Amino acid sequence: MAFKTPLLSVPLQSILENLQNQYIVNKLHKSVLSLILLFVVAFFSFSNVAYAEGGDHNSGKPYDPVATAMHHIADANEIHVFGDIHLPLPVILYAPGEGVGSGWTICSSSKFHHGSYNGYIMDHGRVKRLQDPAMTIEHIDSTTYNDDAKMAYVWSHDKKYQLEAASTADGGIFGGGITSFYDFSITKNVFTMLLATFILCLVFLSTARAYKKREGKAPKGLQSLMETLFLFIRDNVSRPMIGEKHYERFQPFIMSLFFFILVCNLMGLIPFFPGSANVTGNLGVTMALAIITFIVVSINGNKHYWEHILWMPGIPAWVKIILTPVEIMGMFIKPFSLMIRLFANITAGHIIILSLVGLIFVFGENGQNMGGAFGGGVIGVMFTMFMNIIELIVSFIQAFIFATLTASYIGAAVEEGHDHDHAEAEHH
Amino acid sequence: MDFLFLADFSVVKPGIGLLFWTSIIFLFVWFFLGRMAFGPIQKALKDRENTIQDSLDEAKQAREEMSKLKAENESILAQAREERAAILKEAKDAKDSMINEAKVKAKEEAQKIVASAKVEIENQKNAAMMEVKNKAGMMALGIAEKIIKKQLIGDGEQEKFANSLVDEIKLN
Repeated sequence: MAFKTPLLSVPLQSILENLQNQYIVNKLHKSVLSLILLFVVAFFSFSNVAYAEGGDHNSGKPYDPVATAMHHIADANEIHVFGDIHLPLPVILYAPGEGVGSGWTICSSSKFHHGSYNGYIMDHGRVKRLQDPAMTIEHIDSTTYNDDAKMAYVWSHDKKYQLEAASTADGGIFGGGITSFYDFSITKNVFTMLLATFILCLVFLSTARAYKKREGKAPKGLQSLMETLFLFIRDNVSRPMIGEKHYERFQPFIMSLFFFILVCNLMGLIPFFPGSANVTGNLGVTMALAIITFIVVSINGNKHYWEHILWMPGIPAWVKIILTPVEIMGMFIKPFSLMIRLFANITAGHIIILSLVGLIFVFGENGQNMGGAFGGGVIGVMFTMFMNIIELIVSFIQAFIFATLTASYIGAAVEEGHDHDHAEAEHH
Repeated sequence: MDFLFLADFSVVKPGIGLLFWTSIIFLFVWFFLGRMAFGPIQKALKDRENTIQDSLDEAKQAREEMSKLKAENESILAQAREERAAILKEAKDAKDSMINEAKVKAKEEAQKIVASAKVEIENQKNAAMMEVKNKAGMMALGIAEKIIKKQLIGDGEQEKFANSLVDEIKLN
């Protein structure tokens, strides 16, 4: 072979080395290129979303990051799949003022794509009622809100129509309250909860079936994964918090809480259909869960529990007078804190991610500045990746905390009397 | 100002419908999955734990029994070993005593044989002496007879004859 001669072998070696270096450089280029491609794809896909949803359609208004974020975390009567494609959902409305039976409006949300229907109109994905239901609107030009966002107005052909949102259970504290109609629709959040329920049923029914089918055998596949989680909840939450005597009774409740919240949290992290609904970041959902927890705790509270709330034994009477109101407040504050904690954690996570994505449009000056958009894209994607990981952890932690605290409240409610009673008996 | 208040922070306003549906869905998850999945899973896990505990207990019991048996076996073995040693010792003693006895007996026998042999020898000797005496007597008689017969012939002749007879008698 010719290149085996010493004269030729040196250049050959250097060529080989060069080739090797080039290979490394190529690999580096490839990874950098793919990263850039990722940013570009992210940029274009998000920019589409922004044009479709940010601010008002075709109104020429500047990009409003706050409105976009609020719109994305809000519940909706239809599901935005992508572009202009929306998945219609059943709308169930009830206006008690219309008299019993006739106050119901049940239809598909697609009915609202062309103006108002039956005195109701779709405003930013939510069904609202026209102050004057007899009116019909063909086309919405824009929407404005009054100072405290309590009232919305739609503009159509230079005429202003006042809108009313559905009734809410915040008692007017946050600008909601009871209005002229109730919205019992299968909204985006309800749809996601149903989907989560379906997933839970699928997973746990098959797991339960595996236990029946493989009785007396070692767990396998999905069964062993679910068993680990089940045992984790049982041995780290239910058993230590509720106590050896009662935990078995409440294990299904704690499991349901943990997995329902966990699956809803995780589905909220999926940035596209069928995820992306901010289920556990909606106060309505966490309030319902907290109320159920409150009822379960109160129903299962034994004599010892109520005694400790209403007339704490073993302390002077004048302290009891101070302590009883505090304890009664505590009864409500506990579920209230559950409600706020879950809601705030999940909503905060969603808002942060939406704000980071919004950087693309803020830096890009609403599509005017490509360089700025690219910079925003780089920063936004980087931080969003980081935040998504954090949110993944938060999903588990919040589900775990909700389950653990609920278990501890139940534990306090079913705990048998001990020390105090003996001490008091001796005292008298 | 419109711009600022475009944001409707609606998630803090819990919708009545959402409250209703969340309660329904969660209660369904609780009661349905609790009955169909969580309950049976819990029961299966408990059964398995009990089975494992029982098996462990059983194994422990079996091990204890085994060790008890082993101890018993060992004691039996030790006893057997002791017995064997005792038997061996006995056998050895018996052997020794038998050997001693035999030795004594043999000695006695030998002594007896020797004694009887001595007696026999004595007897034989006596018998032989008797015979010699008898023979010598007979010979002396014969000689005497012959001398007596010769005396009748002459003195010289008689003496010669007597000497020849004496020569003839060789006490072999």
